Amino acid sequence: MSETVKRRQNTKMVPAPSHGIIPERDLYDSPVLEARHLGIEFGGLKAVDDFNLVIGKTEIAGLIGPNGAGKTTVFNLLTKVYQPTMGSIMLNGRDMHGMNTVQANKLGIARTFQNIRLFDNMTVEDNVRIGLHNQISYGMFSGIFRLPAYWQGEKRQHEKAMELLSIFDMQDMAKAQAGSLPYGAQRRLEIVRALATKPSLLLLDEPAAGMNPHETEELMNNIARIRDQFHIAIMLIEHDMNLVMGVCEGICVLNYGRIIAKGTPDEIQSNPTVIEAYLGKKKEG
Amino acid sequence: MKLKKSTVNNLISFGIVIIAFIVCQSMISTGMMKRSLRGQMIPICVYIVMAVSLNLVVGISGELSLGHAGFMSIGAFSGIIASAWLRAAFGLENELVRLILSMIAAGVMAGVFGALIGIPVLRLRGDYLAIVTLAFGEIIRNVLNCLYFSLDGKRLHVAFNNPNVPGTILLNGPNGAKDVAKIATFPAGFVLILFTLFVVMNLINSRSGRAIMAARDNRIAAEAMGINVTKYKMMAFVTAAVLAGMAGALYGLSMATVTASKFKFDTSILVLVFVVLGGIGNIWGSIIAAALLTVLPELLRAFADYRMLIYAIVLILVMLVTNNPTMRALLGKLVPRRNGRQKGGAAA
Repeated sequence: MSETVKRRQNTKMVPAPSHGIIPERDLYDSPVLEARHLGIEFGGLKAVDDFNLVIGKTEIAGLIGPNGAGKTTVFNLLTKVYQPTMGSIMLNGRDMHGMNTVQANKLGIARTFQNIRLFDNMTVEDNVRIGLHNQISYGMFSGIFRLPAYWQGEKRQHEKAMELLSIFDMQDMAKAQAGSLPYGAQRRLEIVRALATKPSLLLLDEPAAGMNPHETEELMNNIARIRDQFHIAIMLIEHDMNLVMGVCEGICVLNYGRIIAKGTPDEIQSNPTVIEAYLGKKKEG
Repeated sequence: MKLKKSTVNNLISFGIVIIAFIVCQSMISTGMMKRSLRGQMIPICVYIVMAVSLNLVVGISGELSLGHAGFMSIGAFSGIIASAWLRAAFGLENELVRLILSMIAAGVMAGVFGALIGIPVLRLRGDYLAIVTLAFGEIIRNVLNCLYFSLDGKRLHVAFNNPNVPGTILLNGPNGAKDVAKIATFPAGFVLILFTLFVVMNLINSRSGRAIMAARDNRIAAEAMGINVTKYKMMAFVTAAVLAGMAGALYGLSMATVTASKFKFDTSILVLVFVVLGGIGNIWGSIIAAALLTVLPELLRAFADYRMLIYAIVLILVMLVTNNPTMRALLGKLVPRRNGRQKGGAAA
């Protein structure tokens, strides 16, 4: 690694408050995420191009768009599953250039997956404990030889896991196998597991997929509650417009890898470009 | 005090191993055990440790390693050399202390080589990883084939491809080590099994073990949770190498003659067969499979030429039965924890 890159990673760059931040309460805090001219090319195909986004410290942001617009690719870029070929990402004022997924997570991005990726064979509690891996830690030797650090660490992990599971009232399921949970509970567990890594930005990839209207409404309340309780920013991809319009403060619409509109839910709903992207153009004549 | 379920399971496991040991030991001392079988006791211990440690890599960490015998051979020769050197340089005559120190030395050596090999190998995935571990296993064997070690007074001499080393020869290239002081005992093997079980089971039920299994079950999700996958795969790989090295030392110090050709690819595959047959990720299965399949060729001696044929048929039958849905369902009822899932027994 060159010296300049190293220095770039270590220096804390505090960006000026951007006017792109939507909730006014965040205006004087530095934004949690700033993506500038972000893009990725897969062999000439620009899957995401010139993606600019600022997310406020406690904003709930929505990322919507038709199928194949590149929404999940944006998540993969932000979590460094893919390395962007263009542009830069700043998280909490730190440049994420050259980081990998693990470092991105340690810096404060956690995510859930569109196709649920739980550790199916482990218990619910162990899934949350995996999330706590870097929060409450002890070494391998303490684990093997059962040193006091082990007992202390396990106890703290257990307590913290239970506390986190209580967000969704899932303490009773702690001993159940994660793969055997109903679909909605698996989605909730994924959110708990992501929260366990103590993120400052939580990315939710279609959290309401496969949920019934009742569960969706509950999820909506929970998303707002999580934001209030943990003071974090949340960005979600969702096709359920009731949820997006109901809970998101700022919405960003993506089509063919490009942002076609940004704004509050009201602005987005009346935006002709968005309507065109979703419903198609009105036939002339 | 209410004990955790995993702790109770561990205690039961230790209990069963201790009972099995007492039974075997009393059979030996009362002379009820056949002489041929008595000679198999240390190899059984060795292969159990090998199988359990390989299960840590194949079952728990989910990477197919085909070079496990390589670490065993490093352990065997390090153990033999350490034992002879300790005796010559420090006048250490106490066999038990020498055995323990030799095994520790062997474990450290195998661990160092495990780490060195792990660095390039664990950058690969799937089939590539398997092929490269196979290659490293063969490289280790071929290098050991060309190594000459001798003891001149208190000094150790090493030579590569040059048999003219001064003093008494310990390791004679392709002829291996001869006239090894046989200091390994069955109780020592038993203690090594307990140690291995202790290490592996405690590792699985700890923060590191969960990280290892998370990396196996879903690499992308594990990385998104901030788990350094390569680090934890490395941890499993090196721990397995250390245990294999200790088993190798026990093996080397129980034989009069040990040559590098003993630790060929076949031995790696043999240990893998124990693991697969016992159930990938199932520690208990590995123990039972290793014990039975080490004894089986001895028991089949009556069939002479058909021995390997029957051995193969037994393997195929077990595979068929354990993969049969009805049989699995039945087994799942008998052993609720396994639940018919391939990797469900990981925490057994």
